Amino acid sequence: MTGDATAAIETRGLTKRFGSHAAVSGIDVTVPRGAVFGFLGPNGSGKTTTIRMMLGLAAPTSGTIRVLGHDMPRELHSVLPRVGALVEGPGFYPYLSGAANLRRLDTADRFAPSATRRARVERALERVGLTHAARKKVHAYSLGMKQRLGIANALLTPRELLVLDEPTNGLDPQGTREVRNLIRSLAAEGTTIFVSSHLLAEVEQVCTHAAIMSAGELVAQGTLDELRGVGRSELRLLTPDAGLAIHVLGSFGLSAETTDAADGSALVTATLLGQTAEPDALVAALVGGGVRVRGFSIERPSLEDRFVALTGEGFDVVQ
Amino acid sequence: MSSDAVSEVASSVSRGRPSVGWALLGSEISVLFRRRRTWAMLAVLALVPILIAIAVRVTRSTPNGGRGPAFLDQVTQNGLFVGVVGVLISIPLFLPLTVGVVAGDSIAGEASAGTLRYLLIAPVGRVRLLIVKYLAAAVFCLAATLAVVVAGTLIGIALFPVGPATLLSGDVIGVPETLIRSLLVSVYVTISLLGLSAIGLFISTLTDVPVGAMAATIVLSVVSQVLDSIPQLDWLHPWLFTHYWLGVGDLLRQPISWDSFGSNSVLQAAYIVLFGALAYGRFSTKDVLS
Repeated sequence: MTGDATAAIETRGLTKRFGSHAAVSGIDVTVPRGAVFGFLGPNGSGKTTTIRMMLGLAAPTSGTIRVLGHDMPRELHSVLPRVGALVEGPGFYPYLSGAANLRRLDTADRFAPSATRRARVERALERVGLTHAARKKVHAYSLGMKQRLGIANALLTPRELLVLDEPTNGLDPQGTREVRNLIRSLAAEGTTIFVSSHLLAEVEQVCTHAAIMSAGELVAQGTLDELRGVGRSELRLLTPDAGLAIHVLGSFGLSAETTDAADGSALVTATLLGQTAEPDALVAALVGGGVRVRGFSIERPSLEDRFVALTGEGFDVVQ
Repeated sequence: MSSDAVSEVASSVSRGRPSVGWALLGSEISVLFRRRRTWAMLAVLALVPILIAIAVRVTRSTPNGGRGPAFLDQVTQNGLFVGVVGVLISIPLFLPLTVGVVAGDSIAGEASAGTLRYLLIAPVGRVRLLIVKYLAAAVFCLAATLAVVVAGTLIGIALFPVGPATLLSGDVIGVPETLIRSLLVSVYVTISLLGLSAIGLFISTLTDVPVGAMAATIVLSVVSQVLDSIPQLDWLHPWLFTHYWLGVGDLLRQPISWDSFGSNSVLQAAYIVLFGALAYGRFSTKDVLS
């Protein structure tokens, strides 16, 4: 990954202490322009604190932040109009309608022209599918609707960078899909998207890059393939002829292991390292060798495996 | 307008010259007056002179001059004074109560609703937000005072005779002159509340709990009035922001005595500068974690 001046976000040694506790300790994040960057980590690992510092809401204890090529928080006034954000859940005036809330927040941005305010608000509401509820008071909104209104707020003016903190929080599966599609279409328009989440499947489906936080430190960063570990995929074969299969796979230089599966079959697994035979050739050889193939798949390790390996299992996450 | 046209318009003007930002002040005031709470407070304030007028009318008794606020005994002869009486009764508690709610809520309310972070990343600019919040609180001070004076004057006209009024100095003035004096009283009381608004704004930057900021502001206004009534502390009295609150009477003499008006304005300006600076010092570097 390059650390050139055109990175959308670049932090160096970014640290935030609350008293003696370091919420974020010395992280170097580089978000390339045009990337959909997943910012992963268990709850309490410092994701939101990092985002707050990137947006100038909190001052770093030490370290530097450059957003769209400008120092934050020093050049906040020229940077933030080009950035849309959803931080730690939506925040709205419950006694105002959805549209009135967006107009209100839009007046806070001195670069947002008043002449097009109504049209831009309508367009943003349409984009997140809230046109029907535009005149409804926000206290009558469901959590998912508030979340979508929060995303609409981030889309009021054309943005070069979107920072979305847990954008699918509180959304039902349809809403989650819509947000994913929205992220894809925004990314296709060239917007850099920085999305924090603890939902790995989310990140895996939309992101091109990711970083993993654990206990305030950055434990991994790179493209999704780099993170998963390219080439370290696993072969899974379901067959009653385990011994024969191990022999055939051995002739390809693969060391296989067997575990018992249902219906008198055995599950044969082998790690594929780098350049090995094509899956098609492997199946042909197995069948040719008299192995009854009941199931065959090549599985790449999920981001989840990598995530758990880096941040700990279950409730034992590093604090 | 088609959606394509909209996005075209939006992208063509988005990086232009920034506006001065009057839109935010307009939005702030409209949000303030779209809250039911604001109207409820104004309605309660308007009820104060209405209840007084009805009580006086129903009992038909003329309170003796020694008891009750100044001018209460004049109400039966001249309804135009009901507004002034209402404002005199509201100054010690009712007006500071409502102003404390609005000023104390200004920043803390946005923080607790979660809207503060969205205003800041818009970006609103922290100094600009403080100024807009303060101006909106000042507008509310005027609205609150006018609610009492206008409601009082109207109910007075409805229930009592209207005619020339006798001032504290014994002079008699006509109806138009009386209405002008009522307006002057409103201006005086509004100015009196500006220092308290600045204190409320500062306290509001200290916390994310709006009720706490409101209560603290209101308590301070009571404490200041109590200190002002202790003779042993007379050296302190000229510095208390409530010291000239009841000096309205000076505007009801002939000729008008402008002494308290001037001293009050200078004192309130000093409080605005002091607590404005404190609010700036606190808020401009505050980590917004709400």
